[in-house]
Amino acid sequence: MRDPDGSVMLNKDIISHFVLRLVYCRSDELKKWFLSMETALFRHRFRLQNFEAQRAIVGEFGLPYKAVTGAELEGLKERLGQVVRSLGQISPTVEAVYYKVPFEEVPDLVASRRVLIQKGYAFVAGSQLVSLVVTQFRSHISKALILTNRKWTTTIREREKDRLTPVVEALSTSYLGPDYSQSTEYAEISLKDIDQVAKSCFPLCMRHLFEKVREDHHLKHGGRMQLGLFLKGVGLKLDDALAFWRAEFTKKVGSERFDKEYAYAIRHNYGKEGKRTDYTPYACQKIISSAPGAGDHHGCPYRHFSEDNLRAALGRMGLSSRAMEDVMDKVRNKHYQLACTFTFEAVYGTSCDAGINHPNQYFEESQKILKSKTPPAPV
Amino acid sequence: MTREEIKSRGEDEKMMDAPQINNNPKPEESFNVNYLRIYYGNLFPYTDLHKWLSYGHDGKHPGCDEYYFGRREFSFTLENDVYLRYKSFKTASSMEDAIKSSFPYKIDIGAVYSVDPDKRHAYSQTGTNVFTPVERELVFDIDITDYDDVRYCCSGADVCSKCWPLMTVAIKVIHTSLTEDFGFKHILWVFSGRRGVHCWVCDPKARRMTNEQRSAVAEYFRVYKGNENNARKVVLMGYSLHPFLARSYVDYLKGFFEGELQATQSIFSSKDKYEKILEMISDEDIQSELREKWENSAARSSLSEEAISLVRWEQLKNTLQSKKHKAPTLRMCVEEIVFTFTYPRIDLEVSKQMNHLLKAPFCVHPKTGRVCVPIDPNNCDEFDPLAVPTLPQLIEEINSGGSRMDVDDDEEDSDRSLLGKSIKFFRSSFLEPLLKSCKEEIETSYKTKIGKSKDSFSW
Repeated sequence: MRDPDGSVMLNKDIISHFVLRLVYCRSDELKKWFLSMETALFRHRFRLQNFEAQRAIVGEFGLPYKAVTGAELEGLKERLGQVVRSLGQISPTVEAVYYKVPFEEVPDLVASRRVLIQKGYAFVAGSQLVSLVVTQFRSHISKALILTNRKWTTTIREREKDRLTPVVEALSTSYLGPDYSQSTEYAEISLKDIDQVAKSCFPLCMRHLFEKVREDHHLKHGGRMQLGLFLKGVGLKLDDALAFWRAEFTKKVGSERFDKEYAYAIRHNYGKEGKRTDYTPYACQKIISSAPGAGDHHGCPYRHFSEDNLRAALGRMGLSSRAMEDVMDKVRNKHYQLACTFTFEAVYGTSCDAGINHPNQYFEESQKILKSKTPPAPV
Repeated sequence: MTREEIKSRGEDEKMMDAPQINNNPKPEESFNVNYLRIYYGNLFPYTDLHKWLSYGHDGKHPGCDEYYFGRREFSFTLENDVYLRYKSFKTASSMEDAIKSSFPYKIDIGAVYSVDPDKRHAYSQTGTNVFTPVERELVFDIDITDYDDVRYCCSGADVCSKCWPLMTVAIKVIHTSLTEDFGFKHILWVFSGRRGVHCWVCDPKARRMTNEQRSAVAEYFRVYKGNENNARKVVLMGYSLHPFLARSYVDYLKGFFEGELQATQSIFSSKDKYEKILEMISDEDIQSELREKWENSAARSSLSEEAISLVRWEQLKNTLQSKKHKAPTLRMCVEEIVFTFTYPRIDLEVSKQMNHLLKAPFCVHPKTGRVCVPIDPNNCDEFDPLAVPTLPQLIEEINSGGSRMDVDDDEEDSDRSLLGKSIKFFRSSFLEPLLKSCKEEIETSYKTKIGKSKDSFSW
């Protein structure tokens, strides 16, 4: 018995997927975003299916994976149990069915050490089947996007210029928000003001990086990228940027080394070298998901700092203890961007309903507030 | 007598003025362009490098891809820090000529691309002939400066016999996992010349891995997450260790921590040192209990630093054992501490991308003058970074020994020369098995292709 609403919904779902393919095939950044969203949706929907349905879907992909049984399974039981326990289950319930799969096919399970790996094979539990298909799904969509882009640029865009093309072009910009690659009227700073501006208008992540540059006269690559692109977004011109980094780095590495090793990368960030891409400043999502290691200072302090260090840093920003508790509460619940928003609200005494999702947004909002408070300079 | 340059590999060597050699040359004296010329003129194993990177495509078998070597990217870093990327060579001799005409301070090896790197601009960026990496070894880079927060004998660029064992343990852990867990067979470990090690996994499967798969392997190996901004850099959740971590702990890390590390670093012997460890315990009461105990005992003790460290470690273990049920974060605190000090810290970025360049084996490090020689992973305890041949030593050997340092010489000679041993090892343990397996693969895939086309003609 067909459900008319169901089939209408299904149609809408299918049509919207293909429209999105058109919209998001057109650049690497758009593709990356779409792939990650679509994969997440697929994963979610797959999980909602029962085991039989899942196995059927695996079958549809034509994946030739064999179940591990008998003596082979017995021999692995102890270590499979260890894997289960390492994932937080106190009593190891080794499942009945495990699939022996080349490790390359389940990169996410390998990366998070959620499977036993032996001689190049991963032993995937029935309940982890989703990872198997997600990789296939993602790769399938990725290839489709490349083809779609080719078709779009060669024929469709022109042919549809009065019908689909305006819709497609409008859709992608309204979803992703401003990328802060061109500075606006609120974002233009000069070198002589930079210390003052850093103290008063930078979000915590950039304040920390900035302080570290002043302190250590050096930053590792991750920090140089995160701070460098942010400064570009706040309107620091290339010449001023070169002067800033040079003034700090030459205290440690000398002027020749600076020119040879670091100046190129700065010019590269401004699109003046190599393939001349004008790189965009990182949004919060990217910064939060980065992985600062030994000697690094980039990343999101709300996520990457220990509680003590974060409290100390917030204290230096002038937060009251009440405000600090609100922020720490958000941190404990892993709402890092909300924590930053709360910080913003506490520092400037005003609400930020949109929420912070980009360091340059934080900067621009704070500039707006400060400029509205100071009277205009006399002519 | 003036120094004369070696002009080409065909000419006889002329006696040169021996450079002023002493046994422990200062950095400035162990590396310069003249020494490099002699090294590249006489000692650098061009043929071996070419054989390796050709992976059996030597043109002798009909299934060979004779253009394979020519699609590999090399980069040269020259004397005045000039950096030249996207160099490629059609043959071993064109590679040799290029190196001998520019004497690069550093040679990096990149990926095999879809087209010759030095002709990449001839191809458009869209369509089917895009310039993109096609094959690349799975590589790892471990640098001892990433351990600066847990080694007390040296910091920065220095390395000594006390902290080098950290590299040895890293090799053991990673090598075991690469072979046992991932099933790789053709693995080359190389000394980076100063303070670290590189690993090249050369199996065909490894060379064809995508960036996402490389990233997955790198993350599988990653345990240490952090920097000075967070206190607890190793977080082991769950009720047991993953089998890979458990094996590493039991077979290598625990023993190293409780033995050699305590002896060389004495990580509990002073307040500064043990505070760092106490911070890793996420329970204030336990911290205070241990802190009090140790502060009181500090003055009274007549034991050596090492003995004090061991006693305190036992106390810490006992305390945590009895109290670990207080919180989930304490469950594996002991293991977390051991991992923090001993578990390998790889540079993730190096491994994740196919287009990342890595220094070629048998290069010479400009700051130390030492050759980047292979390390035997099955005997890595014996490797001593401070005993690796330096340029002055090699040149002295050429002069005084009188024997021709021809790298194609037979086995007996090579055992007696400084570099010969390394080259012999490279050939017998790595190159020969690799080439054998490559040839088999070329043969098999050729037969399959022929078989398929035969089928298409059948009625």
